[in-house]
Amino acid sequence: MAGTGVTWLGTPTFPKAARAALGDTQLRRNLRKATHTIRDKRAAAVAELADWERLRAAGAAIKDSALANLDVHLERLEAAVTARGGVVHWARDADEANAIVLRLVRAAGADEVVKVKSMATAEIGLNEALLAGGVRPVETDLAELIVQLGRDRPSHILVPAIHRNRAEIREIFRREMPSASPGLTDDPRELADAARHHLRLKFLSARVAVSGANFAVADTGSVVVVESEGNGRMCLTLPETLITVMGIEKVVPSWRDLEVLLQLLPRSSTAERMNPYTSVWTGVTPGDGPRHFHLVLLDNGRTDALADEVGRQALRCIRCSACLNSCPVYERTGGQAYGSVYPGPIGAILTPQLLGDLSDPQQASLPYASSLCGACFEVCPVRIDIPRVLVHLRSKVVAAKSGASPEAAAMAALGWIMRDPRRFEAAQRAGSLARLLARQGRISRLPWPGSRWTSARDVPAPPRESFRAWWRRTRG
Amino acid sequence: MRVALFATCLTDTLFPTTAIAATRLLERLGCRVEFPLDQTCCGQMHLNTGYRAEAAQLAERYAAIFAGYDAVVAPSGSCAGMVREFHPELVTTSPPRNAAARNTYELSEFLVDVLGVTDVGAYFPHRVTYHPTCHSLRMIGVGDRPLRLLSAVRGLDLIDLPEAETCCGFGGTFAVKNAEVSTAMLADKMRCVAETRAEVLTAGDNSCLMHIGGGLSRMRVGVRPVHLAEILASTEEEPWPAPA
Repeated sequence: MAGTGVTWLGTPTFPKAARAALGDTQLRRNLRKATHTIRDKRAAAVAELADWERLRAAGAAIKDSALANLDVHLERLEAAVTARGGVVHWARDADEANAIVLRLVRAAGADEVVKVKSMATAEIGLNEALLAGGVRPVETDLAELIVQLGRDRPSHILVPAIHRNRAEIREIFRREMPSASPGLTDDPRELADAARHHLRLKFLSARVAVSGANFAVADTGSVVVVESEGNGRMCLTLPETLITVMGIEKVVPSWRDLEVLLQLLPRSSTAERMNPYTSVWTGVTPGDGPRHFHLVLLDNGRTDALADEVGRQALRCIRCSACLNSCPVYERTGGQAYGSVYPGPIGAILTPQLLGDLSDPQQASLPYASSLCGACFEVCPVRIDIPRVLVHLRSKVVAAKSGASPEAAAMAALGWIMRDPRRFEAAQRAGSLARLLARQGRISRLPWPGSRWTSARDVPAPPRESFRAWWRRTRG
Repeated sequence: MRVALFATCLTDTLFPTTAIAATRLLERLGCRVEFPLDQTCCGQMHLNTGYRAEAAQLAERYAAIFAGYDAVVAPSGSCAGMVREFHPELVTTSPPRNAAARNTYELSEFLVDVLGVTDVGAYFPHRVTYHPTCHSLRMIGVGDRPLRLLSAVRGLDLIDLPEAETCCGFGGTFAVKNAEVSTAMLADKMRCVAETRAEVLTAGDNSCLMHIGGGLSRMRVGVRPVHLAEILASTEEEPWPAPA
């Protein structure tokens, strides 16, 4: 069954959204600085480990093996969580998951929930669903809070406010945070302090917390959240009720698997040897932490993606965002142009697979949002061959097209020419006449669709003689 | 050694001097070079745009045409990458399935790994900067082979390109489907190239050189794009540009 949510309603196709983003010079400056900084730091953190390539291979193998027996591991996880006093819920799509969470929050008698940063809840649009049901969600991760207060959209998996600089954040805090001082400066420490005061009140009063999960261990029913700010630890331990929404691909068989994944994730995402906070809990423990624990297992298109032999590797993703930071396209457009909570290279292969409708122009534009340079694959800690999946999805886009298009006609014609060397040579001779359009050895203007090229680049004038003509003349 | 030159459709059509240079270079190094006239295209553009069936037909042709050679040499990391990475899964009928794909080399790989040379006896008295193209770097892993070849060229002043490993924004049909993003990437690449104050920009792929060169010529930046094969073919007796 196809997933729902994931993209924002009314988002234009990638080329259109990218055009708008490229015009925002402040955005480009913010992004360039942020991505280059974290890119360099990651490279240094990874270079410390002599066995990094073997770790990557192990990470990929662990996730592949978990995915190959996903049904078994999920049922083992359910049994273990239940045995330790937790309650497991199964959600087919975003609507089901949202309804479950809303029902649980109401049952707990809460009208406000504190949230740990979570991609799964962003994917299903939980905040919007909670608001519609009369419940206020409060994001407690600093960057998520900036996005939420700014009534903005996230643009990065790890750093959702990466498109904002300090001055912009100060303005958002001054405007939207009741406890913020009017004299607030853009000093990072002052900004963090303002957020800390604002959030402390929320942590101490919340009765329900909602989180995602980085991993879950089937053997013991333990759930893992890694984070940097300590806000997650507050949410996971203070409220009476904890609701965790987790994509079904997050399960691993055993603790031994975490040994590898917990090395790969922090170095790839924040360029740290270890993330500051790693919270692990198993069901409920009397007298310690939440008294009620609910685990919502979310499909939302994942089993469909799993059925695709090439595309399924996207489900290995551990949400580190190294592919975003290394992507030359992402660096220039930012995350919002992808129209999805999953931006960048991983988003370009994950979003269309979760939603499963490649006849939709926006989804169909995502696999083409790449020059296939391969920088993403090079840094992926679980070796997802993103360029290969992009190419695979492009063929599915073409297959999903109904009717004739100028592109399909051109491709068919080119294919027909290339299948026969005589036709190819005739086309070369005909094309060679284009040199008559050239001035000083270059052509600066071509009619559409060539104009998409000559808008910014010249074309070299075709030579009088192709190589094969030269070969025949001199060697034939 | 029976070596076939796979010129690639782009170089055959628009950049014959590169294929002529590759031929002369390989012959100078003792290879018997053949150019099977049935060859056309490896199918990369079709595959990467989503037209898998057309790509598979072209891959089948490639496998049949190049099956009998000891080595197939392409002056392109991108096309060699396509052949090695994707042809094995596209070709289903021509036995033995992977022979042509396995034996296909990008030029610098062939020179360094198969012929075992880094000094090819070239002479090129110019300031040169080298752009490692994405597919040569990350798909087939040529590493520093092109730089080792360039370093051994007499008279050549090799200048480091800043942010060298960043994509120039070409990406095949990406350049027209996402023209604005492509152009933004190109602008940064051109800035880095201009910073080197090199006379010549070289690379192992004419597609990327056509993209960067097309931008440089539009911006009237006086840096000439020259394929690696042409630099390596250039000698004191027959300096580049060689007469056809």
